[in-house]
Amino acid sequence: MEKNVTLIALFAALVAALGLIPQIALPFGVPITAQSLGIMLCGTVLGAKRGALSVLLFLLLVALGLPLLAGGRGGLGVFTSPTAGFLVGFPIAAFVTGLITETWRKGSLAVSAGVASVIGGIVVLYLFGISGFALVTGKTMGEATVVMAAFIPGDILKAAIAGMLTAALAKARPASVLSRA
Amino acid sequence: MISLTSPVRTRAHDWPAGLKLAALCVATVLLFKAQNLWVHAGAFAGMLALYHLPGPVFFRAGLRALKVLWPFVVMLAIYHLVTWTPYAGGVILLRMVTAVGLATLVTMTTQLSDLIAVVRWLATPLRAVGLKTTYLETAIALVIRFTPVLLAKGTKLIDAWRARSPRRPGWRIILPFTVLALDDADHIAEALRARGGFDAMET
Repeated sequence: MEKNVTLIALFAALVAALGLIPQIALPFGVPITAQSLGIMLCGTVLGAKRGALSVLLFLLLVALGLPLLAGGRGGLGVFTSPTAGFLVGFPIAAFVTGLITETWRKGSLAVSAGVASVIGGIVVLYLFGISGFALVTGKTMGEATVVMAAFIPGDILKAAIAGMLTAALAKARPASVLSRA
Repeated sequence: MISLTSPVRTRAHDWPAGLKLAALCVATVLLFKAQNLWVHAGAFAGMLALYHLPGPVFFRAGLRALKVLWPFVVMLAIYHLVTWTPYAGGVILLRMVTAVGLATLVTMTTQLSDLIAVVRWLATPLRAVGLKTTYLETAIALVIRFTPVLLAKGTKLIDAWRARSPRRPGWRIILPFTVLALDDADHIAEALRARGGFDAMET
């Protein structure tokens, strides 16, 4: 039990730290903040239930006013801003990503975790993100999708990286990759 | 780290946090229901007046907190000018800025400890049915304590990369970064168990 709680808490802190460290370069030199990569890793490493709990804990602290979102944002205001849909989608994205990683056990972990990240961390997350943007800014789903589409290529790279990182973590610390424990 | 709370103490700090949160919920629901431009203009002016009340230092801190919205404001303004729907655009823009502004106001004028007390109060039904909320409270404390620790470790990893490579730090450093977090989780779990674990904590 102690290890479950500390892993959930430390991953919440990791998601925060990934959003706050100076930007890292993706392949092809695209600079990004790695926060959404952190959300994917919560699912692929901790599994559905613990991954979602970890993201919920992260969001709770953001709501309490800690500046933990990428760029030092936080507080209650972010939950009514145009990007609030993404925050609502975060825990569900981690859950779906974790569920797919847990159930798809055939073949390489890098592939299943990568595909799980695409479905959970992009398809599910953008569904919520685009709906939220449409709702707050009074636009149609189509218009909101056009605005958000610019960020999807970077997220596909992040999903591939999440897959590779999960496989490497399973080798480095097998006891801590709970999605395959 | 940047603080989102107010640099000056205001009268609103003494109001009960639960009441402020409830009022914020009601205000946000009403804002999203209202479709009249003048209602939104009034709400916007009211929000600005609230920011003005505690003085200029508070007002400037509030503006800084709301600055993150400007890309959205510019984008929406251009969209509604191009499609020539100024009335709808005005409603949407004012509503967005007022909603975020009011929520930020609650964050600025409420201490973290008061908000944690609200979370603990909200969890009362869980304790009543016998669930331990110590897990949640410990986890909150751990995240607050370890985010700066991990941030420092991540910054050191980036420095180590920069000392050895002329290129930008790449995604590869996320692997050792995550391993460090996993190892920290292991060590803390061990330290908690050595002190009796969750069973030894008072609920």
